Amino acid sequence: MSVNVRIPTILRTYTGGQSEVAAEGATLSEVIADLEKNHTGIAARVLDDEGKLRRFVNVYVNDDDVRFEQGLDTVTPDGAGISIIPAVAGG
Amino acid sequence: MPVQTIASTASVELGPAAALSCRECGERFDLGPIFACTSCFGPLEIAYELPQGDPEELRRRIEAGPESIWRYAPLLPVPADVAGKPNLNPGFTKLVKADNLARELGVTGELFVKDDSGNPTHSFKDRVVAIAVEAARAFGFTTLSCSSTGNLAGAVGAAAARAGLRSCVFIPHDLEQGKVVMAAVYGGELVGIEGNYDAVNRFCSELIGDPLGEGWGFVNVNLRPYYAEGSKTLAYEICEQLGWRLPDQIVIPIASGSQLTKIDKGLQELIALGLVEDRPYKIFGAQAEGCSPVSAAFKAGHDVVRPVKPDTIAKSLAIGNPADGPYVLDIARRTGGAVEDVTDEQIVDAIKLLARTEGIFAETAGGVTVGVTRKLIEAGVLDPSLTTVVLNTGDGLKTLDAVAPTTGPTATIRPSLDAFRDAGLAL
Repeated sequence: MSVNVRIPTILRTYTGGQSEVAAEGATLSEVIADLEKNHTGIAARVLDDEGKLRRFVNVYVNDDDVRFEQGLDTVTPDGAGISIIPAVAGG
Repeated sequence: MPVQTIASTASVELGPAAALSCRECGERFDLGPIFACTSCFGPLEIAYELPQGDPEELRRRIEAGPESIWRYAPLLPVPADVAGKPNLNPGFTKLVKADNLARELGVTGELFVKDDSGNPTHSFKDRVVAIAVEAARAFGFTTLSCSSTGNLAGAVGAAAARAGLRSCVFIPHDLEQGKVVMAAVYGGELVGIEGNYDAVNRFCSELIGDPLGEGWGFVNVNLRPYYAEGSKTLAYEICEQLGWRLPDQIVIPIASGSQLTKIDKGLQELIALGLVEDRPYKIFGAQAEGCSPVSAAFKAGHDVVRPVKPDTIAKSLAIGNPADGPYVLDIARRTGGAVEDVTDEQIVDAIKLLARTEGIFAETAGGVTVGVTRKLIEAGVLDPSLTTVVLNTGDGLKTLDAVAPTTGPTATIRPSLDAFRDAGLAL
């Protein structure tokens, strides 16, 4: 499955400044592993030491927050848009 | 290529602010329009070089300052001459001794309402935005923006107008009419997004990383470390207005959780500076049942917050994915406080109770704090014999929809004395 991943500003040092990159994978876990192959170091920024999503990172597959889905096991259909976004406070 | 840094940060003059520091891993960064740690995504906050020396002298200096948040400028990330710049001068709102409400709730100690509806755009958001405006000026931004549940939109629109900045703010498309009008009247761009607040927030986060958002200061995104510090002034004011002492218990509403964490930070700073006596205080968080992810995590003993999809009349608190939720849990547990929630019906009852007893018309968030206070007293969690401060963070005129269905004229009569008598209204 080929997907497009939107990269937040603070991770663009790993993607040569690109704001969007292509990746392969049938689940979010596989997509992150594929990102790591091409952009070494990026996985450790998104995942903690136990391999879980860091608590201040939000990831969306299409429009769905993966915390409402299956987390890292969320299915990533062919052509899906994935966004990695730092959590922000509001009001 | 980073698109956000448009001014050299070497010359940034923001008073005692020395650097940005990651709240999760402690990594430090130069002052700039950044909000997340490049190592762990943790939130960045201001590291200070706070004034040293005689607390009495600092206290006198504060007391001689303007009747606004700028009296605390030595403790905030703002230039020393901030009070002379065009801004809305928010803060120093009333701390109301609520004896009638105390009797009604069975409080035998002192009960106060910190009434932030008295700010220029009628919510506590004027405090945080005023700080963000100074950061926007320092970093050379020309457009002020935000994602908002309503109150912030109005505060940004007004502050930008006064400061001579362009504004463009984003709100969920289905907000209360009062908040939409209040946000639009200041003449900036107001954009309704088809989705809830979390969707608006996500949109803004993406906009900020795109060339489309270049040169924009998002008060609660890339200016958030500065913006959030404005909530510390609630802690400073409460203590000063109590005669430079800590309250025993404070009840604070939770949306993102930022306000509660910064009030705690403000209290800790006052202790460290010797401005108040170091004694225990308890912090209580208040949510609406229809959006209570932090309350649910507190009750379940969890230290992380599972996001929810909000469904409550308390729209200013309807943040389903509260970024500072984990810190709220830490603070409530550390201080011996709690996090509790109330139903929409209890919120409306509490709004009416506060209005009826103290003449304060609170927005729904104020109904949440008063409702939770009542619930915690009844449950024996909040001690009624101590000094308690309850926050009202906004004006009821903004959320008329919440009380309108159950509030109206006692009677409608012909203009005659007979009709008045017949209606049973003569005392």
